Amino acid sequence: MTIAHHIDEATLLRYASGDLDEAFLLVVATHLAMCDKCRKAAHEAEELGGEMLFACEPVELSASSLDRLFDRIGSAESPAIAAPPQTRTPHGGLPAPLRRKIGTRLDDIAWRRIAPGVKKHVIETDPATSSSLYMLWVAPGTAMPEHGHGGAEMTLILSGAYRDELGLFGPGDIADLDEHVEHQPRVEEGEPCICLVATESRVRFAGLFGRLVQPFIGI
Amino acid sequence: MALSATQVETLEQFDGDKDFTALMSRVRQRDRAAFEELFVHFGPRVKALMLKSGAEHTLAEDIVQDVFMAVWRKADYYLPERGAVSTWIFSIARNARIDRLRRHSSRPYEDIAEMELEAPGLDAEQEFAATERADKVADALVELPDEQRQIIELAYMHDMAQSEIAKRLSLPLGTVKSRMRLAYAKLKQKLEEVR
Repeated sequence: MTIAHHIDEATLLRYASGDLDEAFLLVVATHLAMCDKCRKAAHEAEELGGEMLFACEPVELSASSLDRLFDRIGSAESPAIAAPPQTRTPHGGLPAPLRRKIGTRLDDIAWRRIAPGVKKHVIETDPATSSSLYMLWVAPGTAMPEHGHGGAEMTLILSGAYRDELGLFGPGDIADLDEHVEHQPRVEEGEPCICLVATESRVRFAGLFGRLVQPFIGI
Repeated sequence: MALSATQVETLEQFDGDKDFTALMSRVRQRDRAAFEELFVHFGPRVKALMLKSGAEHTLAEDIVQDVFMAVWRKADYYLPERGAVSTWIFSIARNARIDRLRRHSSRPYEDIAEMELEAPGLDAEQEFAATERADKVADALVELPDEQRQIIELAYMHDMAQSEIAKRLSLPLGTVKSRMRLAYAKLKQKLEEVR
């Protein structure tokens, strides 16, 4: 898989420091599972955290904390957890972070038709945040209306491809866009495009067509 | 020729992280003395991290317990060729912070860590470079301009969201992002010197 579009470096640091909410974390982790380059970069960003922890000013622990820890270790609740075996062969099918949310096969997803050539499947996430997470199925050759964003948006392609002002996006590619970007994706001919999308708030479509489809798409 | 006290100290500092790697392999063998040593160094630092992140005293202590239970139980997950012990402990602490303070699931991080264990795909020389890598990361942090280091510090140590950092420092969000990108570029440049 050749991945051409990667995660923004600022997003990598947010991932490493733990600042992504559930919806965005899912999209980023799914991309990382598909992209060796970003996985390595994310690890580098974690090394920054390791160094800061290593060098920070320690705060004294309560006197009993070591005993408390050894009590727990000695008890039945603490068997060692073996690391997963090294297989060197990648899992087939969907990346693990996404598999937990939607099952093992894209074919099994319960799609809801929201506009001609467009189907959507909402994935439940933490209701305490304003972000939403969903999958889109878009028929070959379909042009999405031009839209800007009320907030950040991340789109990860799982199968098929689309093209917009920023280039061609195929499987594994991620569009990590902030609120200033307006784009008009068109799905390539041949096969439908299935993608995983996190948005910070509702997407705003431009133009009359956009205003017409907005209530149906609800994204 | 005997080494002077300062030389010994310098050597110990230089080998500081290698010692933790050795401690970790003893912890993997269920060596409690090694585990205690690791706890004595990192426990108070994980507590500091949780206090800075906004946990009150009792909760911070509880999270330290959880983090070191995970260190003990998952010792097998630590791979020296994946980097310094401090990075591994940081990632466990970060996950605990997400679960306990941000109250959503850190499970996606664990999925990625497990993937790495299943198919490491690392070159053998990287194992020897772990200490050197940690030194380069430290250099990168020292060399960062204050305005970038401050943002990194607020994000990693104080668990502040990008938008909160922007508000706190009265900066546009775009400026916070571009400083983060610059900080990462410096880190990358330093790490490339290792290869």
